[in-house]
Amino acid sequence: MAEEIKKEPPANFKITIDNITIEVPPGTTILNAARMIGPEVAPPAMCYYSKLKDSGGKCRTCLVEVAAGSTADPRPMPKLVASCRTNVMDGMVVKNVTSEKTLDARKGVVEFLLINHPLDCPICDQAGECHLQDLSYEHGVVQTRYEFKRRAFVREDIGPYIQLHMTRCILCYRCVYVADQLTDNRVHGILDRGDHSDISTYISKAIENDFSGNMIDVCPVGALTDRTFRFKNRVWFLKPMDAHRDCDKCCGKVTLWNRGDEVYRVTTRKDQWGEVQNDENGKPMWICNNCRFDKKQTSDWVIEKPTSINRHSVISANHYQVKVMPHDPLDKLLNGRSPLLLMDIHEESKVNQQDVHLDELFGPATGKTFNGEPLATGHNVTDIKEGVGANTQGTDSTNPGTH
Amino acid sequence: MQALTNRAKPVSRKKMNLWESMYLPEILRGMFITFKHIFRKKVTINYPEQTRPFSPVFRGLQILNRDEEGRENCTACGLCAVACPAEAITMEAAERQPGEEHLYREEKYAAKYEINMLRCIFCGLCEEACPKDAVYLSETFAPANYQRKGFIYGKKDLLIPHPKEDPEAYAKAKGSRKLHPEGHGNEK
Repeated sequence: MAEEIKKEPPANFKITIDNITIEVPPGTTILNAARMIGPEVAPPAMCYYSKLKDSGGKCRTCLVEVAAGSTADPRPMPKLVASCRTNVMDGMVVKNVTSEKTLDARKGVVEFLLINHPLDCPICDQAGECHLQDLSYEHGVVQTRYEFKRRAFVREDIGPYIQLHMTRCILCYRCVYVADQLTDNRVHGILDRGDHSDISTYISKAIENDFSGNMIDVCPVGALTDRTFRFKNRVWFLKPMDAHRDCDKCCGKVTLWNRGDEVYRVTTRKDQWGEVQNDENGKPMWICNNCRFDKKQTSDWVIEKPTSINRHSVISANHYQVKVMPHDPLDKLLNGRSPLLLMDIHEESKVNQQDVHLDELFGPATGKTFNGEPLATGHNVTDIKEGVGANTQGTDSTNPGTH
Repeated sequence: MQALTNRAKPVSRKKMNLWESMYLPEILRGMFITFKHIFRKKVTINYPEQTRPFSPVFRGLQILNRDEEGRENCTACGLCAVACPAEAITMEAAERQPGEEHLYREEKYAAKYEINMLRCIFCGLCEEACPKDAVYLSETFAPANYQRKGFIYGKKDLLIPHPKEDPEAYAKAKGSRKLHPEGHGNEK
């Protein structure tokens, strides 16, 4: 009997989210059903990552109200449910943006996520593509009510390429799943509990695995950042381009972030949910550390096209997509003579100097880099470098309680 | 042709009489009008010795602010540059190294910061965008120059004088307006 039932293709479930009805296969979560409808009704997600098994259920930003459980049992669910962890039932009615209760709860969740967040966006390399920034902009309150000292940690370099800013972490566990599911041996994890939870490697092991760089991309905040990109430029001043190369370890399909011909960083290609894109076979296009950190020459890559960026994103600001250059009347006016008074900006400007190649520097630039020593590089320093644990002296900007 | 206003006067072509052709009375009349203005109140002032008061919302040349200890506020976050409608602002960020803590307030700073005053339209959006109280539009003009290259203002042109080493110049650059009006800034 039971085998017969299994063989029958299961009928699709009808689910209504924000008054839009869609049919989805059983076993789909509410969040994924909402994503099938579109970004207008999809709840935000900080910890859920569809390409990582078992992720989700930690951050509570995807809370939704279930107004009717199913056709068989149409009672509403008593509490808001995490949509990334709740499967749909036939006849379920879900309210996301139409529910006052959900929006209010989400506001509270954002406030909790921001309690220990240093809000150092002006120096954070993630700014502009940070999910926590988007979330607090859309759902958060303007002012904080928190009056106590924020939890603070010393910044740590885990391995040669990745930098950990534990103060910014929201404990979504995505990076742990990346290490578990993509690499053959995980050397980092969450140490301690509660307020003391700290992502770290066990006894200063370095993260050197080939696919470890992907945890930079899955990190929804600026907790894990690219050491080779540190302070190089803001993401919205760079030009993202889809490119590929033949790589024996990974698919080799990436997004390059360029200024002129210089490749400032390499990332995976992201879809509209901020997750890594799937290739034509439905496999996520994770990239290896070799592609990400060592191929910083435009000549290493075959450039396909400019990455399409949502025009509401700050990354699309000041990016012009003109196909036809406007006609310059100067040639005709001057009968082909070159104008005497025009100034070559590169002769005068000290920004974007032609002899400084930031892409070739491993670390961040220093003042010397722009003042005659183009190879000078910073040491990835904070004020306190030694020791692990709470940054009690708190002399850097990640701890705004002190100066 | 129809006149645009009713004040237009047709040119008179009639022959001048003796009195008119002497010219002298008319010259004297013109000189009297000029002489009369000596006793009127002057509309000009002796700039630059004297200056006119600025409007409280005047938007002049940008300054890069320092904190009370003289450290640069700017962290090269790029918000002014992305807010700038004229795309006049460019910068290069650098990491603060040990021993530079007295120079820069945060671990990242603008090693190069440039405003192209030929492009700047003095709209004040950079001041509005700045999360660090670092850029302000002051009460001065960009002085005239014979060459375009004089209008690429770097950090040495824009930085406010050091408040401890040169308090007089600092106070002057700060101007009569308060740099930190009550309730401004979300630092705290």
